[in-house]
Amino acid sequence: MGLLAGAAVLCATGVAMAEPTTGRPVFDQVSNMFQPVSVPAAKIRDLALLVLAICGGIFVVVGGLIAYTLIRFRARPGDEHREPPQVYGSSNIEAAWTIVPVIIVVVLFLATARTINELELKEPPESALQVTVVGHRWWWEFQYPEYGIVTANELHVPASTPDAPRPTFLWLESVDVAHSFWVPRLAGKTDVIPNRRNTLWLETAQPGLYLGQCAEYCGTQHAHMLLRVYVHTPEDFARWVEEQKAPEAEVASVAAGRDLFQRTACINCHAASGTVADGTFGPSLSHLMSRETIGAGVAMNTPDNLRAWIRDPQTMKPGVRMPDMKLADHEVDAIVDYLVTLR
Amino acid sequence: MTAIDGSVLPAEAAARTSFWIRAHEWATTVDHKRLGLLYISSGLVFFLIAGLEASAIRAQLAFANNDLIGPNTFNRLMTVHGTTMVFFVGMPIFFGFGNYLIPLMIGARDLAFPRLNAFGYWLFLFGGLLFYFSWIGGDGLYGTGTAPDVGWFAYSPLTSPAFSPGNSTDYWILGIMVAGFGSTATALNFVATILCMRCPGMTLGKMPLFVWMMLVNGFLVLVALTPLTAAQVMLLFDRFLDSHFFDTQAGGSAVLWQHFFWVFGHPEVYILILPAFAVASEVTPVFSRKPIFGYEIMVAATTGIGFISLGVWAHHMFTVGLSGPVNTFFTASTMAIAVPTGIKIFNWLGTMWGGRIRLRMPMLWVCAFLFEFVIAGLTGVMLAVVPFDWQLSDSYFVVAHFHFVLIGGLLYNIFAGIYYWFPKATGKMLSERLGRWHFWVFVAGFNVTFGTMHFQGLLGMPRRIYTYDPGRGWDLLNLITSLGVILQAIGILFFLVNVLWSLRRGEDAGQDPWDAWTLEWSTTSPPPAYNFEKIPVVQSRRPLWDLKHPNDPDWRYE
Amino acid sequence: MTTASATPPAPAEWTLPSRGRVGMACLILTESAFFAIFIAAHLFYIGKSLNPPYARDVLELPVLNTICLLSSSITITLALRALRRGAVGTFSWLWLATILLGLEFLIGTGLEWYGLIYRDGLTIDTNLLGTTFYSLVGFHAAHVTLGLLMLSGTLLFVVLGWAGERDVERIDVLSWYWHFVDAIWVVVLTVVYVIV
Ligand code: HEA
Ligand code: HEA
Ligand code: HEC
Ligand code: CUA
Ligand SMILES: [Cu+2]
Repeated sequence: MGLLAGAAVLCATGVAMAEPTTGRPVFDQVSNMFQPVSVPAAKIRDLALLVLAICGGIFVVVGGLIAYTLIRFRARPGDEHREPPQVYGSSNIEAAWTIVPVIIVVVLFLATARTINELELKEPPESALQVTVVGHRWWWEFQYPEYGIVTANELHVPASTPDAPRPTFLWLESVDVAHSFWVPRLAGKTDVIPNRRNTLWLETAQPGLYLGQCAEYCGTQHAHMLLRVYVHTPEDFARWVEEQKAPEAEVASVAAGRDLFQRTACINCHAASGTVADGTFGPSLSHLMSRETIGAGVAMNTPDNLRAWIRDPQTMKPGVRMPDMKLADHEVDAIVDYLVTLR
Repeated sequence: MTAIDGSVLPAEAAARTSFWIRAHEWATTVDHKRLGLLYISSGLVFFLIAGLEASAIRAQLAFANNDLIGPNTFNRLMTVHGTTMVFFVGMPIFFGFGNYLIPLMIGARDLAFPRLNAFGYWLFLFGGLLFYFSWIGGDGLYGTGTAPDVGWFAYSPLTSPAFSPGNSTDYWILGIMVAGFGSTATALNFVATILCMRCPGMTLGKMPLFVWMMLVNGFLVLVALTPLTAAQVMLLFDRFLDSHFFDTQAGGSAVLWQHFFWVFGHPEVYILILPAFAVASEVTPVFSRKPIFGYEIMVAATTGIGFISLGVWAHHMFTVGLSGPVNTFFTASTMAIAVPTGIKIFNWLGTMWGGRIRLRMPMLWVCAFLFEFVIAGLTGVMLAVVPFDWQLSDSYFVVAHFHFVLIGGLLYNIFAGIYYWFPKATGKMLSERLGRWHFWVFVAGFNVTFGTMHFQGLLGMPRRIYTYDPGRGWDLLNLITSLGVILQAIGILFFLVNVLWSLRRGEDAGQDPWDAWTLEWSTTSPPPAYNFEKIPVVQSRRPLWDLKHPNDPDWRYE
Repeated sequence: MTTASATPPAPAEWTLPSRGRVGMACLILTESAFFAIFIAAHLFYIGKSLNPPYARDVLELPVLNTICLLSSSITITLALRALRRGAVGTFSWLWLATILLGLEFLIGTGLEWYGLIYRDGLTIDTNLLGTTFYSLVGFHAAHVTLGLLMLSGTLLFVVLGWAGERDVERIDVLSWYWHFVDAIWVVVLTVVYVIV
């Protein structure tokens, strides 16, 4: 029953996402691994379907055998005092059900080994975009050394087109505990471990937004360590890079808020271009308003939510590593007025 | 009851005295049967507690953005649920079965070291109590206590003092470590008993399969459990002596802990499943009315599983970025286990084939186990496919996989074992009618809950999250999953009622209610303290068959 | 079927291993697994310390200690041989020699640690070397200590006449433990002092 319901939902989401969408971003929220949009994820899907088929076949045969045996050899009334023929074993039959599984296992193994080999990529190819991903409790930092961009929680990558292939190559590091980077429709997960540098790559032709989240238990707010990956057309990506590189416009009307921000402990933990703030404990606030969410996905990035966050982050995200700054309401308003100018 | 001067004490006082006398007897007992029952009943109590914890988890996850339980409590419930089920439910219950049955099956009067046996039990119990004390000890009871919240495998560096201040992680370490010493002692006892206490005629090749599997299991405990103790000692050193075993700031490695944990952790899951196989191997022949099919290859497969299981641990670490060749090796070794395990499944089927299967309660549970375990094993094989695992690892698919093995494999066989040997231990039959309610309601609930879970996993839902956003395709599935728990709980209630009712009103069982063949059925129910009036002598694997069929005894064919 | 013999095959002579020996073998097995993890940790961290002192600068081969500990395995064997012959006096002297050799090992280790701590400044929290070195060597020394306590108890019992020739079986089982402690030392010596 559960199986059926699950299958139904799986099919429904599959159908909903089946129509191809080109050019415009899609905002589907289901991260179904059977709807891959990237090379590694597609390879995994193909292998998975093969494995599912083989295992499904085994289940049908063995399950059928069990059911048949149960029905066929069930004791009937009158059998109570008669014992069936006593059979102790048969080397031939036993050999058969040793060898057949061995063969199946060998097939499965070879298929697996091949795909492992295909997906392993230790060094970034020439054309790749390289991003360093740093796991923090409980948010993601993304560094683009090539462009000098540092951002948080929302990864932007270019689509790869046949005439200009551009895979994305991620270096995975952590500053505290183990996390795991997982966006099912783009690639399998890889752990993000302190004192270790892991790699992950993806290559997709499908612009859109793909959801994922931290998949290694990392403490209190492991549930709110969400990932949003935006895949842009090459042109859109170039535009995004330019926006991120541009210095913040100094809006005169929010000077009070900016000053307050610079005088508050915010700057110990946050960086913001155009100010003295250069903390690295929390996410960089540069171009904050280009992000759709705050707090690694706990809330949409609206002025109201920002206010609520700065007034009391512990309510929005219990246990978060940002303390309640004990600011008066008008101070919060001033700071938020300033923050919303960080485009 | 009479007082010292010979006068009859008032009845009330007599009852009180006898209660304390009985309590004292149980507390100081070194009898393997009593210790076995203590193990099983304490394990069942822990099961109910951990089951309630799971129910709370499912209540929280039934709806998106639910705030029934906050993140801290949730993480503690999740950790304590998993740890309890593995260390204080699965292991002790099967140690209980082993305790009760090994001496009876090999025709001995007790285990090799009865006092060590009692010591092992009390270590386990106090380990469990220490572990649960974490809910109320320290800053406990205000809010959420200091129960551990690092997950049952407590990955470093989350467990380091910097990320896990206070004593919660220490409770995890010490509770398990204390119980672990007890388990090691018990395993040593089992091995020594099986090798040194068999009755005349019972060569290794004539032991019941149950005993064989407990022997292999004993060895596995001996080689796999102390590595965990060692790793936990290192963690304690890190936490209290500032050493750097898992300190990534000082050049230490977080992955090393993972290796150490799974070097224990993987054999551990076979430590849990082998006794379950042991129960199935006793129940299947008796209720199919045939000897076990292919005894020798069953023994070989068991030993094979034991050995291979020591070399597959890194399949829990496919996502840590090990190199391709390492991953490939561990795929191969992991998949290799499917072969001996398959042999077992097929041999049980071979035993049933051509038999006259009596679908009484024990057999019903074993048949259900066969179905669920094939599913569970096949999802295991999917996880062993490294690239597939990159998608499935740490998702609800894994949670579904291991509940299928742990419940469909382990718990079902615990139930089978209880229905099978309850008459021996108490002299009363469990009610078949209540049993069927228990069976169907629980099995239905189990499949609704954990069958569904596979799909959350495939749709990208990670495990160990205390909440999730709506609209990611998980809402309905999670609701179904949680609803199944209600059925499971009702099933368990039927079971509890059955046990309590049958203890008082159950039909008398007699010595051998199932018309079975191993030695435990040749003595009274319950057996006397000394088990056998006369130490039996056996000629075959089915001594009671030989007795019942003097014209056609087994030893002619073995 | 009816032609087959009607009498069951008589069980051959029924002897089983002694539970003491099997129990001790199991203990040794499980302890080996325990040490294996510490050894693995030490091997894994060889040369990975971030700050001095480093192993090659401070560790010296404990030659005397090793000789003493290894020869104690010989004396204990000889002692048991004497006990089997019934020579309780010889046994006691050889047993005492075993204890003294073990004691020398402990003292030697103590001196080594004293030097490492106060001269070289290596403690368990200094670096990875300190971490794995003290844990591994320390656990071994703890086992030597435990062994010495049991050996001394045995000696006391024998001297007082509470135990003697009739207990040779048990004393033999105890000697297995001592041999095991020795064997572990050979491994520890190799991984800690030889492979640097
Ligand atoms: C009783 C416990 C038990 C048992 C018996 C098993 C059995 C198996 N397990 Fe499972 N496993 C767990 C308990 C168990 N597991 C737990 C608790 C975890 C999670 C720990 C955690 O992270 O918290 C886990 C996790 C786990 C993982 C890691 C997933 C991850 O975290 O990424 C993997 C990966 O390979 C795996 C594989 C297997 C395999 C291949 C088997 C095999 O032994 C199964 C063999 C059986 C069959 C295959 C079916 C019968 C065979 C046939 C019918 C023959 C024909 C079949 C073929 C030819 C294929 N298991
Ligand atoms: C033997 C092992 C075992 C068993 C039997 C179970 C049984 C159950 N488990 Fe558990 N589980 C684990 C072992 C087990 N589990 C492990 C190892 C983990 C991993 C932990 C980790 O990630 O660290 C885990 C994790 C785990 C999770 C994932 C948590 C997460 O990742 O966030 C979930 C979620 O649904 C879950 C649910 C359940 C449920 C609903 C049951 C049900 O089957 C429970 C059924 C029982 C009941 C419903 C109780 C009945 C009680 C009564 C009838 C009341 C009577 C009471 C009195 C008289 C006092 N379990
Ligand atoms: C002690 C460190 C610390 C201080 C001080 C601090 N923050 Fe934060 N802040 C963080 C951390 C850590 C996060 C990330 C939290 C998470 O997502 O889990 C964060 C997140 C944020 C975010 C959301 C950013 C995003 O993209 O998700 C905003 C906005 C923010 N802080 C503003 C402020 C302001 C304004 C102040 C001062 C009034 C301040 N912070 C003070 C640590 C701090
Ligand atoms: Cu980061 Cu979970
Ligand atoms: Cu495993």
